[in-house]
Amino acid sequence: MIAIRAPLRFFESQFVAYRRTWRGTVISSFLNPILFLTAMGLGVGSLVDDGTGDLEISYLAFVATGLMAANAMQNGSGEGMWPVRAGLKWRKNFHGAITTPIEPGDIIVGRAIWTLLRLTVVQTVFAVIAVLFGALELGPALLAVPPAALTGVAFMAALTAFTVTRETDESLANMFRFVILPMFLFSGTFFPISQLPGFLELIAYATPLFHGVELVRKIALPDIDPSVVSSMPLWIHLAYLVAMTALGIYFGSKYLSRKLRP
Amino acid sequence: MNEILVEAKGLTKKFDDFLAVDAIDFDIAKGKAFGFLGPNGAGKTSTMKMISTVSPITEGEMSVFGLDPRTQGRQIRQRIGVVPQEDNLDVELTVSENLYVYGRYHDMNRPEIRERTKELLDFAQLSDRADSPVEPLSGGMKRRLTIARALINDPELVILDEPTTGLDPQARHLLWDRLYRLKQQGSTLIITTHYMDEAEQLCDRLVVMDKAKIVAEGSPRALIEEYAPREVVELRFTDGHKDEAESKLEGLANRYEVLADRILLYTDDADDTHRGIVSRGLDPEQVLVRRSTLEDVFLRLTGRRLDD
Repeated sequence: MIAIRAPLRFFESQFVAYRRTWRGTVISSFLNPILFLTAMGLGVGSLVDDGTGDLEISYLAFVATGLMAANAMQNGSGEGMWPVRAGLKWRKNFHGAITTPIEPGDIIVGRAIWTLLRLTVVQTVFAVIAVLFGALELGPALLAVPPAALTGVAFMAALTAFTVTRETDESLANMFRFVILPMFLFSGTFFPISQLPGFLELIAYATPLFHGVELVRKIALPDIDPSVVSSMPLWIHLAYLVAMTALGIYFGSKYLSRKLRP
Repeated sequence: MNEILVEAKGLTKKFDDFLAVDAIDFDIAKGKAFGFLGPNGAGKTSTMKMISTVSPITEGEMSVFGLDPRTQGRQIRQRIGVVPQEDNLDVELTVSENLYVYGRYHDMNRPEIRERTKELLDFAQLSDRADSPVEPLSGGMKRRLTIARALINDPELVILDEPTTGLDPQARHLLWDRLYRLKQQGSTLIITTHYMDEAEQLCDRLVVMDKAKIVAEGSPRALIEEYAPREVVELRFTDGHKDEAESKLEGLANRYEVLADRILLYTDDADDTHRGIVSRGLDPEQVLVRRSTLEDVFLRLTGRRLDD
C-alpha cells in the first residue's frame, strides 16, 4: 500500500521547506499578472483596440488568457529545473529520500502533484486579478485556471526529465534563454500565430505553449472570433499537454533512477 | 544458531568496465556489528549501496531479511536505516524537520514521529538544537543527526558508511559511544571504515576488502591472531641508517615490514626482540612497542597500509 502513498509522502515533504520560502512566491504571483496586464493589456491593448475596433472580444481578454498559459509555463518550467537541480546537487534531498521506501518515480510524481497544486493557486490569483482589471468575467477567468495549470505541469514534467540529464547550470539558463523565452513571445500569447511568416507559424503549431494558450483561450472565451485562434479541436490541445506530462514523468523517472541508483 | 539477516553469494558490481565488487560472499547475523574494513576504493560503499537497494546488483545473489533487493527494494528499505558516507541532511530544514520528513517517507503518523523525534534527539544529544537549522551544526552534530534520522523507523538493520570519517577524536569517541549503545539495544549494524581502531572498537565480525575482493574474514581478535603476532616493535632511524639496520634484522622477529618512515618487527615477545636489537648494535632514534592492530593485519594481507 505504501507504493500508492509514497508519491503523496514526497509531495507532502515539499510543504515543509515551502513554509519558509512562501512569502517570495506569493509576492511574485501577485506582481506578475499586475505588471503584465498593465503593460500588455492596458498599454498595448489601448492601441490595438483603437486601431481595429472590430474585435469580438477586447485585446485585454485575448492577452489575459494567453498570459495565464505563459505564466503557468514559466512557473512550471522553474519547478522542473531549480528544485530538481537542488534535489540532486544542492540540497541533495533526492539522495536522502531514496534510502527510504521512496522510489525515484515517487519523487517525480510527488513533484508533479505539488506543481499542480501550486499552479492552481497561482493561476487563481492571476484569474482574480484579470477580473479586477476588467479583462475577463469571473466565470471564464476561473474556467481558465485548470487548463493553465495543466500547461504548467506539462512543462514541469518535460523540464524535469531535461534537468536530470544536464550536468551544468548553464544548460538550464540556456533552456530559458533559447527555448522558454522565444516560446513566450511567439506561441500566440500576444498575437495570433497566423500573423507569423509561414514556416514560423508551422513551428509555433508544434510548441507546447501554443497548445496551452489555445486550450485556455478556447475554454475561457468560447465566443472568440475564430480568425484569432486555430481551427484545431480542443481535444488535440488537451491530448498534446497530457502526453507531454506523461512522457515527462516517464522519462524523468527513468533518468532520475539511472542518476540516483548508478 | 544466529539468524542471518543478509546473505550474499558471488555479489558483483560493475560500472561499465570497472569492477567495483568482485564476486564476494558474506553472511551477516542478527544482533551483531559487522564491519567492512578496507582502503578507499576497495568496494565497501558499492557493497553498502547494493545492500540498501539503491544500487542495482550486477551479478550474484543476495537476500536481505529473506527478501530480494532486485524486486523488493521498497520493503527492504522500510526496515533499514542508512547513514551515507557523505552527509545529505536537508539544509533547508531544521533539525527536527529533517527527522519529520524521514518519518513521513516511512509512512509513520505524526504522533509516532513526534515521540520518536524526542527520543532520538535525546539519543543524539541534540535536544536543545531541535529547532535550529542544520547548517551551523558542527561536523559531529551533523553526523549524529544523520544517524538519528536513519533510526526514525526503528530499523532492524542500520548501515553506516564511514560513520566517523572527517571527525575530530572527541566527536569520534562520542559517536562510538552512541553506536555501542545501539548495539547493546540489539540492533544489527553494518559499518564500513578504513580506521582499524573503529573496526576493533565496534565490530563483532569483519571482512577485510581490498581491490573489490574480500581478503580475510573473522573477529578482530581472531584476525590479529591469525595474521599478526601479538606485539609490534616499531623502529625509527635517523636518515640513511635504515638500510644499514635492515641487513641486521634477520632472526630478530617472526616477520618484519619496512615502511617509508619506519621498520615494523612482528614478534611474540617484544622484550626479547628489543634485547636482540640492542645486542646487535642497532641504534634506532626511536623504539615503540605496541599491540598488533587491524592495520597490521591489513599490511600483512595486502602489503599496503590502509590509508595509502
